[in-house]
Amino acid sequence: MTIENLLKRDSFIERGARSRAQALLDPGTFRELAGPFARLYSPWLAMQHLVTQADDGVVVAKGKLAGKPTVVLAIEGAFQGGSMGEVGAAKIAGALELALRDNERGVPTQAAIVFETGGVRLQEANLGLAGIAELQSAIVALRRHRPVVGISAGTVGCYGGMSIAAGLCSYFVMTREARLGLNGPQVIEQEAGVAEFDARQRALIWGLTGGEQRTATHLADACVEDDTAAVRSSVIGCFARGVPPVHRSDRTADFLACLARVDTDRQATAQDVRELYAKGLER
Amino acid sequence: MERLEYEFAAGQPALGRTVSGVVSSGDLEVLLEPAAAGRTLVAVQTSVDGYGPTWKALLERVFGAGMLPAARIEINDNGATPGVVRMRIEQAYEETQLRAANGGTP
Repeated sequence: MTIENLLKRDSFIERGARSRAQALLDPGTFRELAGPFARLYSPWLAMQHLVTQADDGVVVAKGKLAGKPTVVLAIEGAFQGGSMGEVGAAKIAGALELALRDNERGVPTQAAIVFETGGVRLQEANLGLAGIAELQSAIVALRRHRPVVGISAGTVGCYGGMSIAAGLCSYFVMTREARLGLNGPQVIEQEAGVAEFDARQRALIWGLTGGEQRTATHLADACVEDDTAAVRSSVIGCFARGVPPVHRSDRTADFLACLARVDTDRQATAQDVRELYAKGLER
Repeated sequence: MERLEYEFAAGQPALGRTVSGVVSSGDLEVLLEPAAAGRTLVAVQTSVDGYGPTWKALLERVFGAGMLPAARIEINDNGATPGVVRMRIEQAYEETQLRAANGGTP
């Protein structure tokens, strides 16, 4: 990308969660639910002498996307690493459940989730995990009616229990800068040793877990430029495809067949993974 | 973590409510809501202990003249420098004015 294009483009990554939700929805339709003035703070962070945020790092916005009723759930990656606590997770689960109720009453409300999260908020432990379980169930319930589209733009990416939520989405859109994985690089290095994974090697990290690789290996559906219009039109395109005949998370047999071919005697390269995932996962 | 409260003389009620900033490293969140004319209340929650006099000096610079619209202001701070704090407060006031001028939409 030339310098001129860099200056002209409207970066999605540089936007905060609220601004991302506003940018995704049709102009003038954004309406925030359970917003900062509802003052739904995490009760647990203050007990641990940590500063709370009035929306607990989750923006719930109702509006229209390409004219269709849509709820956008945007996680703020800059607040506590986008970690999911009891309140933030409940906001997402509650909004998805309301969208489900809409569908059951004949209003085809669809949902987009902007993932910028390291996973569960460790300070809230089991309550955060329970919240993540709830929102995962809510994604599965809603996606029978309308697609649930996940987006991860970076730079936090999407990890931990929330990567499982990402895997449950009907479609997943990433940028090259975003990363998607169950365990973060430092966790893998800490638990399995630097020979298994060197968390200082950025090329290795993005090569294996970056948006381009995840799209090439069928774990994401689109890899777009860091441009607001590009992200938005990709999300609109996903919704237009409708509910997929088979969701990615229902294709465990196909993925397991790929994993059975892994040669664990040596460190897999990005190219090895692409070759492994090239067979049996084509849509 | 420390909680601080301040009160200042102010003008007419602010034109609306708005939020600026994020509780991220070196940044802060400012929630601004209209209050009854004449008085602005500032409640601060900060991750850095022992900077009460610095907060007082900074907020007096911003609100001391008593000219800004009356507001209830909540600050959730994660180690922002005084310059950043001042800009976020000014941003919040500016956004309430812009929003009022646009008939309530952001």
